[in-house]
Amino acid sequence: MSQNNVIPIEHNATQDAQKTRHPGLNLGPAHAHEEDTREEMVFGFWVFMMSDLIIFGLLFATYVTMLGGTAGGPGPSELFEMKSAFIETMLLLASSFTFGMASLALKYREDRTRLVFWLVVTLLLGVAFLFFELKDFHTMFDNGGVPSRSGYLSAFFSLVPLHGLHVTGACIWLVALLGQLAVYGLDAPVKTGILRLAILWHFLDIVWIGIFSLVYLGGLS
Amino acid sequence: MSDAMSSIFGRLGWDALPFWSMLHDHSPMTLINGVIATGAAGMVVLGALAAIVLVSWLGKWKYLWSEWLTSPDHKKIGIMFIVIALVMLARAIIEAVFMRAQQAVGLDGGFLTAEHFGELFTTHGTIMVFFMAMPFLTGIINYVMPLQIGARDLSFPVLNQVSLGLTAAGAALVMISLVLAPFSTGGWTGYPPFTELSYNPGAGVDYWIWAVTLSTLSSTLTGINFAVTIFKKRAPGMKLFRMPLFTWTALCTAILMIFGMPPLTVATGLLALDRYLDFHMFTTDLGGNMMNYVNLFWAFGHPEVYILILPPFGIFSEVFATFSGKRIYGYKILVIATMCIAVLSFTVWLHHFFTMGQSAHINAAFGIATMLIGIPTGVKVYDWMLTMYRGRIRLSVPMVYAIGFIMLFVLGGMTGIILATPSVDYQIHNSLFLVAHFHNMLIPGLLFGMLSATNFWFPKAFGFRLEERWGYRAAFCWIIGFMLAFFPLYVLGLMGMPRRSVAYFEPQYLPWTIMAGIGALVILCALLCLLLQLWVSIRDRHANNVFVGDPLGWPDAGMVGLLTAAGIQLPGAARDLQH
Repeated sequence: MSQNNVIPIEHNATQDAQKTRHPGLNLGPAHAHEEDTREEMVFGFWVFMMSDLIIFGLLFATYVTMLGGTAGGPGPSELFEMKSAFIETMLLLASSFTFGMASLALKYREDRTRLVFWLVVTLLLGVAFLFFELKDFHTMFDNGGVPSRSGYLSAFFSLVPLHGLHVTGACIWLVALLGQLAVYGLDAPVKTGILRLAILWHFLDIVWIGIFSLVYLGGLS
Repeated sequence: MSDAMSSIFGRLGWDALPFWSMLHDHSPMTLINGVIATGAAGMVVLGALAAIVLVSWLGKWKYLWSEWLTSPDHKKIGIMFIVIALVMLARAIIEAVFMRAQQAVGLDGGFLTAEHFGELFTTHGTIMVFFMAMPFLTGIINYVMPLQIGARDLSFPVLNQVSLGLTAAGAALVMISLVLAPFSTGGWTGYPPFTELSYNPGAGVDYWIWAVTLSTLSSTLTGINFAVTIFKKRAPGMKLFRMPLFTWTALCTAILMIFGMPPLTVATGLLALDRYLDFHMFTTDLGGNMMNYVNLFWAFGHPEVYILILPPFGIFSEVFATFSGKRIYGYKILVIATMCIAVLSFTVWLHHFFTMGQSAHINAAFGIATMLIGIPTGVKVYDWMLTMYRGRIRLSVPMVYAIGFIMLFVLGGMTGIILATPSVDYQIHNSLFLVAHFHNMLIPGLLFGMLSATNFWFPKAFGFRLEERWGYRAAFCWIIGFMLAFFPLYVLGLMGMPRRSVAYFEPQYLPWTIMAGIGALVILCALLCLLLQLWVSIRDRHANNVFVGDPLGWPDAGMVGLLTAAGIQLPGAARDLQH
């Protein structure tokens, strides 16, 4: 390697910005300052998501190994309802779509009305999802599906409610962002906040698709 | 009333006090163990009090609060991480000496109860891994890495503070457990079902779960912080393949932290659900499966050992180059080897439990994968040797540690290859051979690396050098003490002595356990030498000042030399920033 050479330092800001641009939603020229500050923070959030994905991945793997551990207790066919799981899936998919609309409004619109509208719709869909999920858990509990009953149910209740907790956290974050939007307006931290929450929201959607396919469809097939 | 008490204290009762059992049972065994436990608790309380009195006497509370505890500066946070590590190192070494003393007189008994001995090896392991090694390397990377890449701070300074707080809280829990309630007796791995509520109803395992989980979260966040900093905050011109090797190993360690720490979070989290909410993840009844815990734990545990060893590899790369007066040999190969090790570290976790029921084919696959790691590691060893070859070697304190490392670490690597053979592992697993092996990797590897780095970069941090005479004494005590304490354990392991034995009935073990006990005392001397070195250095700090008439501060041989070696010429302004 020619490491002894003295490297002349050139720093072309626009070139660098082009080079370091990461895949994902870029805010566009109307948001010049955020364009630069968001880079590190959003990248950091992606990395955090990778770490979180390991947690879900391991819980999925654990769940699969525990499928046989019902210990004579109720199994998937006695506990799950396809209808409500399907409704939950649709709600969450729709919420991902509406968050996408919010992101587009953030990128292309000067006014905040559309952004707030889509964010509120997303929030309502998220809350509706949680409502149906809690209703599901309630039915399961009524049918004897409690985590202390068997290893299988323990694995279920360590995986699915963790996703629900994440959605709850994301909803609280969304409420906080709406509050910040009202108080501070659309400033840099709020913008990067929305960008990061969008990543989390779509991530949770993907995890749910895993849960729906593996836990519900797999369990009922 | 009792409801209110139990909601506050949970599983803690009066018997949580270390002298409680002594008051009720006057048998000599209880008395001796009670006195030791009370002495330890007294040291914790007195140590805390002494620190409070000292800070008050110096009138430094405001300074401590505003300049250190609330500082987001990566250099100060790094130093605070290292302070935690040194305090915990002192405690864990003392515990190790007690364990060695117990086994030296452990023929047909000894002076410690089995419970007490169990707590000792559990806290010793937990502390050394989570509260000595992790904060030590986190501290060194925190301090050095941003300087090496020309960044003003880490990407997320507040997150860095959070990481420090989480580690400090975990360490505090382990310390408190000396005063209130016994600690877990489940070893640093905390395998269920032994750690389940049905076998361990006390607060000990809860201490362990909380302490370890806090430390794990801290390391996950730290890993994210380091990786983002290295990817996004390098100075202009600092291309990836111009980074100093220490920064490379910091990057690999950060990646391992991001992917390797979550499995432990899952394992301890599920164990906590078992204990608190009556789940059955790892219980022996109702469909629980303890093997899931073992797999999850080692899915963390094996990347963890490379989290521990890669930063020292980076440090030694810097030390060998600096004190041989040469550029590092095979920079690119060393980077590739580091990356290979990082990737392979995720493919070998099963070798920690060859004997736990897999088929021979699976064992063979993991045994081969394990041996493969020896290749990139061997490449590194040759690169370091070739760096020294025909160099102008100066036997400074960091270099003594480095040479001690390279000799002893290769021996440890050889015994690792032996253990990686499943059929051999069946004979010697869970014996002292294993204990000798991983101490052989971690003491010359991790600890020598950390002490080498401390001696190497101390002047950078504080403006004066560490005193060399006590430094040499500490280094030689460590090397000799290590050999005396752990080489006998290889023999004992081959003779069949199981690890974690409080007592034994084979007179043939005795000479070896006594030799190991003497080694432990030499290591205790090494600890004292380290403390004296620090004391003497601070006392004579004006004589050892490194700011002597150079307008740039001091010609920073370590840092600037390495930057130049990597082909980077920092402009004047950026160079000033580094000082």
